[in-house]
Amino acid sequence: MINYILKRLAVAVPTLLLLIIISFLLMHAAPGGPFTQERQLPAAVLANLEAKYGLDQPLWRQLLSYVWGIVAHFDFGPSFIYKDRTVNEIIAQGFPVTLTYGTVSFVIAILVGVSLGIAAAIRHNTWLDYLAVGVSIGAQVLPNFVMAPLLLLTFTWWLRWLPGGGWEHGRWEYMVMPVIALSTSYMASIARLTRASMLEVLTSNHIRTARAKGLPERKVILRHALKPALLPVLSYLGPAFVAMVTGSVVVDFFFSTGGIGRSFVDSALNRDYAVMLGITILVGALTIFFNLVVDILYGWIDPKIRY
Amino acid sequence: MVIDATRMKNLGDRFAEGEVRGRSLWADARRRFFRNKAAVGGLVMLALITLLALFGDSLAQWSNEEIDFDVMGQAAQVGQPSIGNGHYFGTDDLGRDLYSRTLQGTRISLMVGIVGSLIAVIVGTLYGAVSGYVGGRTDQILMRTVDILLAVPFMFVVILLLVMFGRSLFMLFFGIGLMSWLNMARIVRGQTLSLKHKEYVEAAQATGVPTFTIILRHIVPNLVGIVAVYATLLVPEMILIESFISFLGLGVQEPLTSLGALISEGARTIYYGTTWQLLWPLAFFVATLFSFFFIGDGLRDALDPKDR
Repeated sequence: MINYILKRLAVAVPTLLLLIIISFLLMHAAPGGPFTQERQLPAAVLANLEAKYGLDQPLWRQLLSYVWGIVAHFDFGPSFIYKDRTVNEIIAQGFPVTLTYGTVSFVIAILVGVSLGIAAAIRHNTWLDYLAVGVSIGAQVLPNFVMAPLLLLTFTWWLRWLPGGGWEHGRWEYMVMPVIALSTSYMASIARLTRASMLEVLTSNHIRTARAKGLPERKVILRHALKPALLPVLSYLGPAFVAMVTGSVVVDFFFSTGGIGRSFVDSALNRDYAVMLGITILVGALTIFFNLVVDILYGWIDPKIRY
Repeated sequence: MVIDATRMKNLGDRFAEGEVRGRSLWADARRRFFRNKAAVGGLVMLALITLLALFGDSLAQWSNEEIDFDVMGQAAQVGQPSIGNGHYFGTDDLGRDLYSRTLQGTRISLMVGIVGSLIAVIVGTLYGAVSGYVGGRTDQILMRTVDILLAVPFMFVVILLLVMFGRSLFMLFFGIGLMSWLNMARIVRGQTLSLKHKEYVEAAQATGVPTFTIILRHIVPNLVGIVAVYATLLVPEMILIESFISFLGLGVQEPLTSLGALISEGARTIYYGTTWQLLWPLAFFVATLFSFFFIGDGLRDALDPKDR
């Protein structure tokens, strides 16, 4: 087991480094520097600015110091637009918020999605099954940037039950709508995946054996069917979690939650490359980390997998 | 010896019948597909949407670039859908005709979906087939590369690309194409691994067919089923991704538009009471995605040898 984890780690670390290098080079390949403006800066000012941000050095040096800064001090450097803020500060401000509602949405999406999928599979071809399939397809085609304003319209404008935006340190009434908007489509995907694999598992031989020896149906499902049925779902969870963090762009826009998605869009529109890079790398690191966790869980659940 | 007249007649009838045509795998699949009501419904719906997107412009009284100055700035009062002034789907606040804009957006969205899916089919199939068939170290390297690329948050990279190299249709296709083929390559590789040791492949190897020809002539045709299913399911995914990019305001540039851009504009202006601005593009969007999902599911059920 330890060996297996170490092996996965050995792949994860170079992946992350490669990600940092690719993103960095991409930033430098872009036409125009961060100080290219409508009005040309005087050459002396430009030279000073570039010296301050280290842009006058050769590319490999910049790359080295950038990577070193991240690896050694977890330092993403200064923002190019906000003169008094570093990328770290911007991330530290938004990331906890995103992480909070992202995690809550993630947990809810898994709980509801898996239960819905199992229920649909057990009651295959009944109204419950059709309802679950219909709801999940519907939720998948309704993008969250439509869902969010519809929620706002319903709960804030018409019913006046929930505040229309803000965060207030994560009080529950500020979290309800972001979580619904964020989790629904993933919930639907998880439900569909669970249903499909559960249906497949339920026709397999070991389930027939379990039923034949007279186990109660509840035990057959929970003890024998659930574990193999959840394997395909598990491999979806890594990308899903990251997608929820990415999806926070929409949530931050409509509910003013002030998460990291907002900073990313702002930096994209302001051409604040340092912040963009920092967030890209952060999300990449999360992806890699989650895939690692999923891989390890996989190795733990499925005894057939040994590398 | 008495000849049984009825028996002889039966025999004669049987000879007179034409030879019973064998049912190929494809004919079977086709039959199963057309028995699936949801899939056929999706196909019909998609055909209608495509026809409307391609030829519906001839019904429009306003082009997607024209501005109706009678409506401009007061869309909420006079911009609602009406046959009388030629704005079948209403207008936006600038007085632009929503009907022709929706059609034009549908064209772009379909194009993004289909191009993204095509790139995935071509690149992903070849990559996966080569990787799976050649195997060994090549396979290791190729698949590790895919794993690494999959870990890169591509939604962010696409946005990065669009911001840095400017927004253009080409960059959008490039960015979307960049990420669409990865999963396809993995799926195809898995399938190739199981095809690789079939007898006909062995026969081809024994008669000295070059490797690449084997891949193209014997492996790839047998991948068609799984590739077709995945490609159909990939189209709505690509459309969703494009719509998200458009929501950020980084998609296609005005006066061109896409369904995603129209929907996000409609969603933002819904508080002013111009519901048609959200509902019409959303209806096209949802109908298109539903069609693709149903067709994909139908194809999967039809091509899956295990009858569900």
